[in-house]
Amino acid sequence: MSIVLEARGLGKRYGRRWALRDCTLSVPAGRVVGLVGPNGAGKTTLLNLAVGLLAASAGALEVLGSQPAAGVEQLGRVGFVAQETPVYASLSVADHLRLGAWMNPRWDASTARERVEKLGLDPRQRAGKLSGGQRAQLALTLALAKHPELLILDEPVASLDPLARREFLQHLMEAVAEHELSVLLSSHLVADLERVCDHLVVLVASRVQIAGDVDELLASHHRLTGARRDPKSLPGDQEVIEASHTDRQSTLLVRSEGPIYDPSWAVDSVGMEDLVLAYMSRAVDPEPSRRTLSRVRP
Amino acid sequence: MIRLSWRQFRLHAALSAAGLVIVAIVLAITGPHLVDLYNSTVASCRTRGDCATALTNFVHTDGFLQHAITALLFIVPALIGIFWGAPLVARELETGSFRVAWTQSVTRTRWLSSKLVLVGGAAMIATGLLSLMVTWWFHPIDRANATQFASNVFDARDVVPIGYAAFAFALGVTAGAATRRTVPAIATTLVGFIAARLAITHWVRPNLLSPAHTAMALNQGDSLGFVATPSGLVTFVSGNPAIPNAWTISSAIVDKAGRTQSAQALNAFIDRYCPNIGAPPGAGGSAHTTQADPSAFNACIAQLSTRFHLAVAYQPPSHFWTIQWLELGVYLVLSLILATACLQLVRRRLR
Repeated sequence: MSIVLEARGLGKRYGRRWALRDCTLSVPAGRVVGLVGPNGAGKTTLLNLAVGLLAASAGALEVLGSQPAAGVEQLGRVGFVAQETPVYASLSVADHLRLGAWMNPRWDASTARERVEKLGLDPRQRAGKLSGGQRAQLALTLALAKHPELLILDEPVASLDPLARREFLQHLMEAVAEHELSVLLSSHLVADLERVCDHLVVLVASRVQIAGDVDELLASHHRLTGARRDPKSLPGDQEVIEASHTDRQSTLLVRSEGPIYDPSWAVDSVGMEDLVLAYMSRAVDPEPSRRTLSRVRP
Repeated sequence: MIRLSWRQFRLHAALSAAGLVIVAIVLAITGPHLVDLYNSTVASCRTRGDCATALTNFVHTDGFLQHAITALLFIVPALIGIFWGAPLVARELETGSFRVAWTQSVTRTRWLSSKLVLVGGAAMIATGLLSLMVTWWFHPIDRANATQFASNVFDARDVVPIGYAAFAFALGVTAGAATRRTVPAIATTLVGFIAARLAITHWVRPNLLSPAHTAMALNQGDSLGFVATPSGLVTFVSGNPAIPNAWTISSAIVDKAGRTQSAQALNAFIDRYCPNIGAPPGAGGSAHTTQADPSAFNACIAQLSTRFHLAVAYQPPSHFWTIQWLELGVYLVLSLILATACLQLVRRRLR
């Protein structure tokens, strides 16, 4: 499995405050990778480091095998749609396509033109007058038409309404299918990621809580419901991610590579959203009992 | 890359070009009139014998226009710093569009240098053209005034305004990259530009070129006379001689050996050769003013002139262009230093 992005002990500091600290992560090629985490987890910092808008304060980061924004060639291989999808407000849609062509040697003018037509954008319209959804689409068009090997999107749909959000992600998926590119997409909206991602990285406080292909993640996590009992009594190959108890009943979210045979449990599959939330809340508030259990697995 | 810079700049460029055209029209209409007036009054005043009146009348022609044009040439570089320089990088940082620009296949160094070259070049060309027009318009008045080193003349003629514009622009861009906000960058630019202009005009310009020295008679000074110091010591002053189109930097009363004379030495001389000059008020004429007797006054100056003369340090008219180019050079070097700092700022960081 080849790697498009690899971070080792990566950190970014502003004065005394670390926006990202000791982050170690690798992103496989040829996937649509969702980077999910709560606000302040360091997602935006990580992505800005990856496109070279920020310089790291500590650690190492390689994107497509070289340093981010190392030169014209490297800049051309990575497409970026920034948070809030900024554009030049006073320039028209057509101007944006022109600037893309001027600034990118591998610019694909026909793709750009077709996308703008398909989106129904008026080329003469000023970008500042576009709706949020249209602006995001324009930013995506710019990023796609430069023909990147890796497309990085930072919360591209966060400020869009549900309809625009769906449309945007649909276009993204079509482009991925068409151009065979790797995508790294951050969001705190799991439902959006679920729709488009085939690989997931959960980042909380700069640390990767879990990373893996979506299918594998869903297959290896189970919700167990049964009579109340101590999570510690579970076999060693079952890691408890989240546990909740009522007087009589225990509900556990468990990670286990193998099937669960214990007949005292009712075993259900887990949705992506629950899974991510479980990892996020565990990272924020790890109970000692779970900590002990976690350590059982190396 | 230069095409994007042009696309972002062309509205400013068009507005400035329109402004220049308007100024050009005004100057083209009023300029020939000044030349005619000069020829019909100042140029031929000798034959009529009214040179003093003719000169005074002529240099006050179009007074408002003179002030307005001079002010324009003082203001334009500052405007360039504020409207072209300060927002150049700061606006991109404020709106977030730098995230678009810096993630295309163009390095930041190239992105910024293309902007600096294009907009900075336009700033210098526009100001150069304006200065050319203003210098042309003023030439009859300048010839009549013969004060080419005066601050309101020297600073608003020929090549130095180009340096001011380049400097204001570079300062604006760098302030924008450093503060990351347009408004603080504008304030910084304005304060920095005015401070630099004052400092360079008063402290650097006098030292750009070593002055020429000459000896002049005492009565060449512009404020010839006798004064009493608060302690009652009567002494002689002459003031800086006004040499046409030259810049008198200093003058001192010296004796034949070139030694500067103290107030005491002059007083001793006056007491000895023309004691009446130092007579206390009220001794002769009215109670309030001492009406010096012109003949005594002149006799005393004649006496003084046998012993003393003025040692004058000055920039002769021929130094005008050298000092213009040197000052332009100072501003251009400062602009380059600022531009380099700005490139470093943009290349290194940032958010």
